[in-house]
Amino acid sequence: MSNVIASAPTQPVARPRSYARYVGTKVLGALGSLMFVLVVNFFLFRVLPGDPARTLGRGRLKSAEDIAEFQREYGLNEPLPRQFITYLHNTLTGNLGDSLRYRVPVSELILDRLWPTLLLVGTSTVLAMVIGVWLGVHSAWKRGGKFDKGSTGSTLVLYSMPEWWLGLLLIAVLAVGIGPFRGIFPTGGLHSTGVDPSSVEGVLDTAKHLTLPVLTLTLAYLAEYSLVMRSSLLDELGEDYITTARAKGLRDVVVRRRHAVRNALLPTTTVSAINIGFVVGGAITIETVFSIPGLGLLSQEALSIPDYWVLQGTFLVASAGVIVANLLVNLFYGLLDPRVRT
Amino acid sequence: MTTTAAHTISARTLARRRRTDAFRRNWRIFRTNRAGLLGLGLLVFFILVAVFAGLLVDSDDLSLTSAPGGVLEPPSSEYWLGTDDSGRPILSLLIYGARISLFVGLLATLMAMVIGTSIGLASGFLEGWPAAVLFRLTEWFLVIPFLPLALILATVLGRGLFNIALVIGVTSWPATALLIRSQTLTIKERPYLERARLLGASKWQQVTGHVLPNVTPMIFANTTLTVAVAILTETTLSFLGLGDPTRVSWGTMLEGAFSVGAITTGAWWYIVPPGVCVVLVVLAFTLVGQALEAVFNPRLRSR
Repeated sequence: MSNVIASAPTQPVARPRSYARYVGTKVLGALGSLMFVLVVNFFLFRVLPGDPARTLGRGRLKSAEDIAEFQREYGLNEPLPRQFITYLHNTLTGNLGDSLRYRVPVSELILDRLWPTLLLVGTSTVLAMVIGVWLGVHSAWKRGGKFDKGSTGSTLVLYSMPEWWLGLLLIAVLAVGIGPFRGIFPTGGLHSTGVDPSSVEGVLDTAKHLTLPVLTLTLAYLAEYSLVMRSSLLDELGEDYITTARAKGLRDVVVRRRHAVRNALLPTTTVSAINIGFVVGGAITIETVFSIPGLGLLSQEALSIPDYWVLQGTFLVASAGVIVANLLVNLFYGLLDPRVRT
Repeated sequence: MTTTAAHTISARTLARRRRTDAFRRNWRIFRTNRAGLLGLGLLVFFILVAVFAGLLVDSDDLSLTSAPGGVLEPPSSEYWLGTDDSGRPILSLLIYGARISLFVGLLATLMAMVIGTSIGLASGFLEGWPAAVLFRLTEWFLVIPFLPLALILATVLGRGLFNIALVIGVTSWPATALLIRSQTLTIKERPYLERARLLGASKWQQVTGHVLPNVTPMIFANTTLTVAVAILTETTLSFLGLGDPTRVSWGTMLEGAFSVGAITTGAWWYIVPPGVCVVLVVLAFTLVGQALEAVFNPRLRSR
């Protein structure tokens, strides 16, 4: 896949001005989406049943002075538009409130928990794309064959499965072990206790801990890529230029790799943009199941309290991440396919 | 007088006959899809189980206090699928869980369909800024990560059967809206709508009389696929502890299994059956949805 993308400049040369305009509209759109997320976030936590000062500051605000101080900091006494401005100001300066559970600023917590999530989700997404695209290409190439039936059938089953349930099964089989077979992987966590994560041993230890969660998420994500790649390649195979390529006497592999797959990859790019939102959901459940201390576990733990500040902060970060990732995919798509820049 | 009456009746019978013909034709195409038939069979099975759950299960089986079995008993001839941590038979829980899981899935889908179809029709049919606003709104909802939003809404609204359906409904309409919008845009340009406009049909008449009947098949196929997603979401929300604590669904069963550590104690009968049921039902809805799509969209049929 990577060499296909690397050789993309052989396509018609991008007209710089129109691409700049395309980038401009996309960036503006992303900013609009970000603003929307901020508005949603603001109102969701202001329509909470009860007094926001009590629900948001529960347990922390003992006296009337505490409550007054809290209301001043978050501007809760002011009219709604002023409150929104205060909220915007706080958010943009990184003040996301304090966690009720951990008693530390939410922004610190989020920075702390960011990298395990990025590692888990990033690795799984890349693996899922590569494997999913490969499966899709090979199913479509021999449609109706044994490989196609097996691969399409199993991706459909994977698609219908809650990813965390698959994780539970994998823990039961490969970590706990069934019957005479002993498990070979840890049941959860990111490191073993007493191992320095920055040493070689520590890195291997982390890799071992992440094997099962990454495997689970990869299996969960790849279904979408494989199904879309299969159907878009089937579309391409009916096109005239494929017949021409074949008529020229090109070998099968060349027709596939240089002609069909390259065009069929375009819709897959769009899917990966839409998929990013689901990736976040997978991080929440899989981190819960494997107790990986990332953003997902952070928000899951916040549910039972409920730790509104943490929920609000993680939601904001997740949405911003999805919007930025979406923007990048769109910009990349515009680079690959000049036709979308209208 | 009599002639007009005869005429209306014949027009009505004609319409009915045309509809039955169309149904028969579609069913003939659907029947050739083996996967679709398999899905339909599974669905009928699960719906029957859910409807007759009261006859199949003794209500004592569901009570935490008068549960008949021991704690986490493995499957035996008495309890085919073993018991849970309070001694309730897993099989009885599964049967009752089918009710809740299907009910929440269908209710949530109904909400998503109503919202998605209205917004899709409006943003496709209207012109100018209202259409633009609705379209941007759809796109925004599509971008916001679905599960975190659902989690926050569920926390804010509180736990309950209706609330969970509401949360799923409110977060899963954008895909439907986009689909309906693009269909509406193509139908809007057809000659018969131009004719309706010239004859002075109001916008409402045009939408309800011409556009809606034409997008209905797509709504139908899309509904089936949405139910699949809704059931998956219900299971996930319940697993994360946001389900209705007073009722048994497949999701709350799995949450219970996870929180009592059924994996480490090897109580596989508490984890495997609910998950298998979820997979089967979701797969069934997906297969039926795909088969319906193939019926209504001939271009897909060759696949």
